[in-house]
Amino acid sequence: MWLTRPFNERSTQIFLLVLTVAVTAVTILHLAVPAGHPLYVSGYTVGLLGKYLTYALLAVAVDLVWGYLGILSLGHGAFFAIGGYAMGMYLMRQIGDRGTYGDPILPDFMVFLNWDSLPWYWYGFDMAWFAFAMVLLAPGALALVFGWLAFRSRVTGVYLSIITQAMTFALMLAFFRNEMGFGGNNGLTDFRELLGFDLRSGATRLGLFIASGVALALGYVICRSIVASKLGRVCVATRDAEARTRFLGYRVERFQLFVFVVSAMLAGVAGALYVPQVGIINPSEFDPLFSIEIVLWVALGGRASLYGAVIGAVLVNYAKTVFTGVMPDAWLFALGGLFVFVTVFLPKGVAGLLARRARRRDDPDATPEKEATA
Amino acid sequence: MRIPCYAVTTRIVTCLLISLLSWLPMTAAAQEQDGQALLEALDTRSFDDKSEAITAIIESEHERADVWLQALLDSDLQRLKDDGRFVIAVDSAGLDVSIEDAITGESMDDVTRRDLDRLTINNALRSQLRSAISLVELYAGDRDARLDAAEGLIGDVEEDQVEPLTNRLDEEPSAAVRDRLNQALAVYRLNQGDVEAVEVLSGSLNSNIRVALNRAAQSDDPLVVDAATAALADIEQNLKISRAAETLYFGLSMGSVLVLAAIGLAITFGVMGVINMAHGELIMLGAYTTWAMQQLLPGQPGLALILAIPAGFMVSALVGVAIERGVIQFLKGRPLETLLATFGVSLILQQLVRTVISPQNRTVITPEWMSGSLVVNDALSLTLNRMYVIGFALVVFAALILVMRRTRLGLEVRAVTQNRAMARSMGIRATRVDIMTFALGSGVAGLAGVALSQLTNVGPNLGQSYIIDSFMVVVFGGVGNLWGTLVAGMSLGVINQVLEPWAGAVLAKIIVLVFIILFIQKRPRGLFPQKGRAAEG
Repeated sequence: MWLTRPFNERSTQIFLLVLTVAVTAVTILHLAVPAGHPLYVSGYTVGLLGKYLTYALLAVAVDLVWGYLGILSLGHGAFFAIGGYAMGMYLMRQIGDRGTYGDPILPDFMVFLNWDSLPWYWYGFDMAWFAFAMVLLAPGALALVFGWLAFRSRVTGVYLSIITQAMTFALMLAFFRNEMGFGGNNGLTDFRELLGFDLRSGATRLGLFIASGVALALGYVICRSIVASKLGRVCVATRDAEARTRFLGYRVERFQLFVFVVSAMLAGVAGALYVPQVGIINPSEFDPLFSIEIVLWVALGGRASLYGAVIGAVLVNYAKTVFTGVMPDAWLFALGGLFVFVTVFLPKGVAGLLARRARRRDDPDATPEKEATA
Repeated sequence: MRIPCYAVTTRIVTCLLISLLSWLPMTAAAQEQDGQALLEALDTRSFDDKSEAITAIIESEHERADVWLQALLDSDLQRLKDDGRFVIAVDSAGLDVSIEDAITGESMDDVTRRDLDRLTINNALRSQLRSAISLVELYAGDRDARLDAAEGLIGDVEEDQVEPLTNRLDEEPSAAVRDRLNQALAVYRLNQGDVEAVEVLSGSLNSNIRVALNRAAQSDDPLVVDAATAALADIEQNLKISRAAETLYFGLSMGSVLVLAAIGLAITFGVMGVINMAHGELIMLGAYTTWAMQQLLPGQPGLALILAIPAGFMVSALVGVAIERGVIQFLKGRPLETLLATFGVSLILQQLVRTVISPQNRTVITPEWMSGSLVVNDALSLTLNRMYVIGFALVVFAALILVMRRTRLGLEVRAVTQNRAMARSMGIRATRVDIMTFALGSGVAGLAGVALSQLTNVGPNLGQSYIIDSFMVVVFGGVGNLWGTLVAGMSLGVINQVLEPWAGAVLAKIIVLVFIILFIQKRPRGLFPQKGRAAEG
């Protein structure tokens, strides 16, 4: 079966092994090592690492479309945020009458805005299966409509990048409005429990962390199997010579649309796992700056190598955590510098460095492979 | 005999002198006493008595009558609790109130609010005061003051004012003031049920006139009702036109801001094909240059603003060249990487401004000749700064068109963008052209910043809010087409302003964005696509 094919690849095996070892190690160090011991991983760190894992999944989703399809999406943050909002709406409904105003149905912010009934698009979010389906379907539907319109009229390259950015910008403005019914600029927060588990307990945090690891592994395998399949070959062909692929008889826009929708759904899942771990979702996730930052993770890690995207996401976000803690003013300098450095000096990213070293070891005389250009 | 005679003369002179000397302080004292008495009459609980006291003040023609009336209207006329003196509060913003003597006008030591008793007035008195002040102004002020006064009288004419106003009408030299006076009197007559007065009022946009006509439209006299209803319909029509003109004006001014912001991008992105995400920050630098020039030339905001035009151009152009040489030249032919790298540059520039200058917004002063507005009629006044921005945008646009069409640089730029290799073999130094073009586009961004500093806050995030809009304008207009940028910018500005009243500012912006996204699906190459070989780029 096509889904099992990646398990035969060496890179996938290594990636899954590293991920499993890392997640298991964190779990053991968190549970078995007494607090205060230098090897102890605190609940806070587990939450932080869980957040990195969701970011890594998001980066994999972006790498799928950018690395293998040549579509630089500057709006993937929107799919991430929509998945997050779907999860947030479920969590809001789970609060029930324990909110500040104690309304059994309406979330606090709606009571505050004097709404008397739930808007229609909030129906069904009290049921977990519906909300989880929405985590996939809502970003997928947006990507389907947007992608269908864009690819059908052959909007590609920089134009596509700019309109995806406009899309997430428009959504950000929309979600900032109180009238939208998503909590305005405060967003959704004050979550209590997920599927009956208390979100503030350490065990739930650990569970979410492991779930993020599993989701990342699954997402990675799905992307890998797409990339390694015939469909993936067509994608790469589209990336490198769209017109030629079209002339060969492939309906390029269909491939683009399929991969774009899959990628948006993965981003949605990442957002849904992110929200319960950070405890809030607000319109700032739609910020075009965030979307373009995701692209940087991928660029740093190495475009068109899925494990590179994971490395990039974890590296940049770890650096961000450290920087914003130690010297917050310097973070934007570092981020900006990184953008310039990576694009000018490290076009294939960290993964490119690793691959070159591996190649040199295998065959010292090999000439460097001709690089694909965007 | 000579001596007594002399003595007599001396005595007479002395007498005269003494009486003169004693008379002078006496008149002042009398005035003071007079004033005290006039004001004393105001300090009563009954509003009717107060009304009479006000009339007395007007009739006294006391030299400070207008000051008192204005102070009374503004609730600044107060009485000291200690000695009962009347004072006028000059500045009551803080805890202490700075005051001046109401009668002499001398400033006195600050007091606290608790030391003062305020003379209260009600709405009836307020309207009496307003028309009284108008009357005083109508006789005394210059043309503008008289115009204001006449305007203030519309809807506020009392029975006893009709005669002096009618007299004034014959003496008044200015036609505009006469118009207003006629309208004021017509409103009075309309209130008395005079149908013919409606004719004078028809078509006027003054809100008081509309109130009067509305009242007349509900009166018992069918003749008056018909005439007033017709006049109101007329006014409504005029109002609609004025509102449409205002929307158009705001739309055009917003559009010219968009054009200014996007036109530089139309050169770097449209003509050269380089994605410069730091374009917004170049705009920001232009705005900060304006601020810096005003800091360098304190007290001369106008001169600083004019000098900021070349300075803003130079600063942004130099930074632009630095970006081109430092980053973009290494990424030729890789547009997506260029986008990312220049985005990094934009982050660095933003943070640089935050660190070096301040994260807070800076205020750029608007020079006097740019503030104020051009009053077309009662419902339509055009603010001057927006008019200057529209003019500036058009001038910049025209200059750019000239550069691209008529100069050697323009020719070389077009040659290099159409076929780089061929242009080079013809002896054009392509690298130099790249630098010059990028400098030009960036410099224009700086000019946009100078203009923007007059309309919005100057802060580190200034550029970020314009970058997406600018790209939208360029893409909407058609890449590589300066005219397209002009049309696209102006039409997006107007569309936005038309949508705003019924959708709200944010929703209007969203609608415009969605509209452009959909438009690009339909016409991927914009309003005015390039044709021929250039289109395949």
